[in-house]
Amino acid sequence: MAQPSRPSRFPLGSFVVIAAVLGGGAAAFAYTAGWLSPERLSRERVLAALSPPGGPAPGHRRNHTKGLCFTGSFEANGAGAALSRAPVLAAGRYPVIGRFNLASAVLAQPDGQARVRGLSLSITGPDGSEWRTAMITAPVFPVSNVEAFYALQMAARSKEPGAMGAFAAAHPEIAAFGAWAGSAPWTGSYAEERYNALNAFLFTDAGGRDHAVRWSVRPEARPVPVPHEQLTAKPPDFLNDEIKARIAAGPVRWTMTVTEAGPGDPVADPSKAWPEERRTVEVGTLTAEAVQEEQDGPCRDINYDPTVLPPGMRPSADPFPAARSSAYALSYERRAAEAAAYPHSAPGGRP
Amino acid sequence: MTAARFSPMQRLLHWLMAACILAMLFIGVGMVSTLSTRYLALVSIHKPLGIAILLLALLRLGLRLRRGAPPLPSDLPEPMRLAAHVSHVALYGLMIAMPLLGWAMLSAEGYPVVLWQGLRLPPILPQSLEAYALLRQAHGLLGYAFFAVILAHLGAALFHALVRRDGVFEAMAPVPGRALD
Ligand code: HEM
Ligand code: HEM
Ligand code: HEM
Repeated sequence: MAQPSRPSRFPLGSFVVIAAVLGGGAAAFAYTAGWLSPERLSRERVLAALSPPGGPAPGHRRNHTKGLCFTGSFEANGAGAALSRAPVLAAGRYPVIGRFNLASAVLAQPDGQARVRGLSLSITGPDGSEWRTAMITAPVFPVSNVEAFYALQMAARSKEPGAMGAFAAAHPEIAAFGAWAGSAPWTGSYAEERYNALNAFLFTDAGGRDHAVRWSVRPEARPVPVPHEQLTAKPPDFLNDEIKARIAAGPVRWTMTVTEAGPGDPVADPSKAWPEERRTVEVGTLTAEAVQEEQDGPCRDINYDPTVLPPGMRPSADPFPAARSSAYALSYERRAAEAAAYPHSAPGGRP
Repeated sequence: MTAARFSPMQRLLHWLMAACILAMLFIGVGMVSTLSTRYLALVSIHKPLGIAILLLALLRLGLRLRRGAPPLPSDLPEPMRLAAHVSHVALYGLMIAMPLLGWAMLSAEGYPVVLWQGLRLPPILPQSLEAYALLRQAHGLLGYAFFAVILAHLGAALFHALVRRDGVFEAMAPVPGRALD
């Protein structure tokens, strides 16, 4: 009520109360925002750890920086419906925007030197819902959790001689990845690689049952092993040149497979493979039909956030998709802010 | 409009939304500071709650335009009157702008605006990296500005309640009756 004011005769105490309430509120906010705990592992720190010696290339992704766009389709055969009610797994042909890439934060990375290669997909289902996934050629991830991922980046960039050795001693799980990196044959083509999502997700079928799964795409092209020295002697963009020529000559295909965890299989740890004999369902065929330079291609502005999933798929106990979603969001925010540094070569160059 | 207090509906909306908006601001700054699985949990609350705030804010603005507000005390100095007016306009503006910015920035990113499984909002802008960059920055900066205005508003409300004791707090108090003295 607009009553005449009856000012307090002892306002000092009231001012103390007001100051305490406002100060407490501001402090709680700052604490929640992490401003009072710089030692917390933030996405800013993870991106800093990924940053290459000369700093990140402005306007580009903060990891898997060098890439090439492609468009094509995913033809679901309907078998995936046994695991998930996602519309994109119902029989049909759905458009794909993809990206071939190298697992390195260096834009000028020579193709022959990247041990790990990547393939990213955005598949739009019949209802308009999207399935995004960013997969790599390694069959297991080097580490089990996000803290270890950060420690690995720090060890890799450290100038101290024993840093990687000390990391490996503290994180024995890296041995499986190391064994693959040391012994698996190299190939001369993106088309001859198998790409693995590695992270586990939960698929929900039409009956409401959950299935913990990991998926991969397996190449139709037969992998031809090439000695590594031969690849490093090739021009720095030979993988891009090769896939452009190959797709110009005809579509390139992969079979998408979904593997279900058995009881007791490690769902929350992508550094541990599941046994070979686990139920694996072929759910459809991925076809790459045309390639576009990233600068003008439709993949440039996509955030291949692995938590963009259609109904019927969701993250599992695996801690990586959440961390990746958070880190990719900051990477996207930064490269968007620097968009002027990576313009289209021609106006309207992008479909 | 000469009623002494805001209507029960206006008061209900004020306090319900105060709780929701404060939660949203803490969820917002909390989620962008974490890489843990809490990130996804917080984001999945942030989006539907933000859209709910947009709907409630529009309802509330409609009520405010129809029903008005009780007059401020006649002895309130002119600068405080102006500050009250400006801050209330800012609060209404932010309650509506923040969710629209969130929705628009995800649209400009080409990122599906999923409120929960199966409920996806249409984009309200075409995909544009440049638009996304501006909107994302605005959502962040205005989020901090929102918190600052709320702190000032809270300080002013307590000043009316504890120091001036002029009935302004009672006009919005959740339960009727007792003056604070
Ligand atoms: C905590 C762990 C990880 C972090 C911090 C991380 C970080 C990043 C960042 C910052 C990007 C650039 C995103 C963008 O700007 O759009 C990226 C891209 C990528 N990441 Fe990760 N990553 C992690 C784990 C993984 C895992 C487990 C995989 C594979 C299974 C993976 C595969 C990829 C691929 C293929 C891309 C390229 C995406 C594209 O084409 O845009 N990452 N990663
Ligand atoms: C957290 C977010 C909050 C928001 C967005 C908010 C918003 C608003 C708005 C827009 C008005 C003007 C009402 C109108 O003219 O229609 C108002 C009035 C008021 N608010 Fe808040 N408020 C918040 C929190 C609080 C808190 C925490 C308090 C007290 C401790 C408070 C106390 C008041 C009072 C006393 C009024 C009445 C002012 C008058 O008579 O003109 N508010 N609030
Ligand atoms: C009252 C409404 C809202 C408030 C007060 C609010 C507040 C915030 C705040 C404070 C942040 C952190 C900003 C930063 O530090 O950069 C944030 C981030 C964000 N908000 Fe909102 N928000 C609101 C509504 C929405 C809505 C409706 C959406 C989407 C539908 C949305 C989507 C987002 C996203 C995607 C982020 C960034 C997440 C990231 O970078 O990982 N917000 N919001």
